[in-house]
Amino acid sequence: MENHHGKNHMNTPRSWNRLPHVSPEAVHALTQRKSGVPDSLPRPLLAYGNGRSYGDVCLTEKGSLLLTRGLDRFIEFDPQSGVLRCESGVTLAEILALVVPRGWFLPSTPGTRLATVGGAVANDVHGKNHHAVGSFGHHIRAMELWRSDGSVIDCRPEDDNGWFRATIGGLGLTGLVRWVELQLMPIQNPWMWVESQRFANLQEFWTLNRLAETNWPYTVAWIDCLAKGKTQGRGILFAGQHAAAQSELPTFKESCKRIPVDPPFSLVNGVTLRAFNMLYYRQPLKPQGGLTHYVPYFYPLDAIQDWNRIYGRRGFYQYQCVIPPSETETATAALLDTIAKRGEGSFLAVLKTFGQKPSLGMLSFPRPGTTLALDFPNRGDKTLRLLDELDAIVQEAGGALYPGKDARMSASLFQSGYPQWQIFSDYVDPGFSSRFWKRVTL
Amino acid sequence: MNSLKRVIIFGATSAIAEQTARQLVAQGASLYCVGRNRDKLMALLEDLKVRASDHQRIEGAVADLTDSIQHAALIEAAEHLLGGIDSILIAHGTLPDQKACQENFANTRQEIENNALSVISLLTLLANRFELQRHGVIAVITSVAGDRGRQSNYVYGAAKGMVTLFLQGLRARLSKVNVDVVTIKPGFVDTPMTIGFDKSGPLWVKPERIAKGIINAMQSGKGEVYLPWFWWGIMLIIKNIPETIFKKLSI
Repeated sequence: MENHHGKNHMNTPRSWNRLPHVSPEAVHALTQRKSGVPDSLPRPLLAYGNGRSYGDVCLTEKGSLLLTRGLDRFIEFDPQSGVLRCESGVTLAEILALVVPRGWFLPSTPGTRLATVGGAVANDVHGKNHHAVGSFGHHIRAMELWRSDGSVIDCRPEDDNGWFRATIGGLGLTGLVRWVELQLMPIQNPWMWVESQRFANLQEFWTLNRLAETNWPYTVAWIDCLAKGKTQGRGILFAGQHAAAQSELPTFKESCKRIPVDPPFSLVNGVTLRAFNMLYYRQPLKPQGGLTHYVPYFYPLDAIQDWNRIYGRRGFYQYQCVIPPSETETATAALLDTIAKRGEGSFLAVLKTFGQKPSLGMLSFPRPGTTLALDFPNRGDKTLRLLDELDAIVQEAGGALYPGKDARMSASLFQSGYPQWQIFSDYVDPGFSSRFWKRVTL
Repeated sequence: MNSLKRVIIFGATSAIAEQTARQLVAQGASLYCVGRNRDKLMALLEDLKVRASDHQRIEGAVADLTDSIQHAALIEAAEHLLGGIDSILIAHGTLPDQKACQENFANTRQEIENNALSVISLLTLLANRFELQRHGVIAVITSVAGDRGRQSNYVYGAAKGMVTLFLQGLRARLSKVNVDVVTIKPGFVDTPMTIGFDKSGPLWVKPERIAKGIINAMQSGKGEVYLPWFWWGIMLIIKNIPETIFKKLSI
């Protein structure tokens, strides 16, 4: 009774960019971490958390999806040491609601707090403080992996058997992560001290960014992906740190808006994009710094429920690449050239440099270099051709794409960007797979 | 307003009860949780302990509530550990296989044990206790299925209906001593118990929302509540369809 067979039922889980459209043979909701998975479920299996990754790392056409949101229990929390153990379906928002009032914070967080802990592990997510603290995987003390043969593996960073390194960033392919133990980071209050600064072009960005990285734990830049020529790469750099104790704190009330319907076409198009970018670039800045609550600082898009709907029914592609340091300046300029020429791109194009701390996962995306992320409304072949052009620049520069944000990269680009993929494949659970994995290991 | 500071929850690991427990803990309650499955109960208690402040007590016991001999001892233990009892939520139950019940009376009897008699045993003990302490609230989750027997699940409906009727009498009796008896009738709830259904319609709601309604009804001492409220209208219509027409419907 606990599983739901049959294709194309109404509640088919989808990824956040609503592409591709695929349905598993069955969907099974997990509610108890110790209860295992029924033998009757079609294999291969794949965990599906809160549907915040893009593309097909969380989707499968054959076999069954295991919904993990029912595994949403905390297991242990020590408010003295900041060590938290919880089930893998707990969202980052649920963790923050528990720990922020007690003076703790996630040491690494992506741009949405609606991802689950399991998803954060599987994609080895990173945040604006990567240059200071590394990625999510660097802050995991232990986790439990359930394998489809019924065995259970305790994974710890100090183990040299490979299970930890395979499972961090392992795209959910090594089995089901049932719980995770995190080391949290102490904070004084829920506020951030934030400075913002405009830069007129890419050259200015590099200089400004180098300085900001030495002085600030959090840095990220928004860039106008349509600007060309002398203004190419113009944008705003946001630097931040957790606020020190204050004699008086402002009040903060969260507001939430919602995109209520699927527009028939993308609301992000040449006209709206140009207008938005022009206004956004000219927004009032805080060069002397100011207090911003952590929620709007880290998670601006979470305030708009179902924001993915603005791209219309056809969905969108998210594109995030990393370019190694030696090629950073030329390849980034080449990417921006190509995008601006097409007049495509998104309101939020994000540029950030990763730090030197090596990622722990065999398939982790973060690595030294520059990462550029943006969305493209799905306009069919036209969009795919543009993305292929961007791929060529990335591959030529020896870079890689982020699997958690990909729906279409070639096997060749994946394999050149993730040279450990064959070692990794020995750790893949024979009873697990994803559409992504099938696609890139052809 | 009834106090919900010290609460016993029977059937605490059900999806609705678990959400209710979390919300009660968020409001500062101490809880004694009873569940049948050890792993589920332990997972629930660990979670609630993390959520609770140092001033709250989170306790519990594994028990099969069809064994009514144990009931007195469970209530005793809860009272001792919580230092008194302000309110009770009875949430345990099973969803029968109607077909299996039609084929074999033993199945029907078991379902009536699970869903009705075990509840009535608890209610008998708790009513006498609350009658003496002269305050408190007793809430029981029954079902809209208990409002009218339908061919698709009348064994379940009969068991839930028995509890609903029992509670009506008990409510009248205990109203004289300042004790509220609340009958909770949830409609379609999106829980693991109902995972085989297509839940895309507007009638399906999340257990979090039902939990909020339960706490609200317990605090304000309501009599019978449909959750969400619109089930009151739906059941009014269903109850008033003449039997000659009703028997021809395949619901």
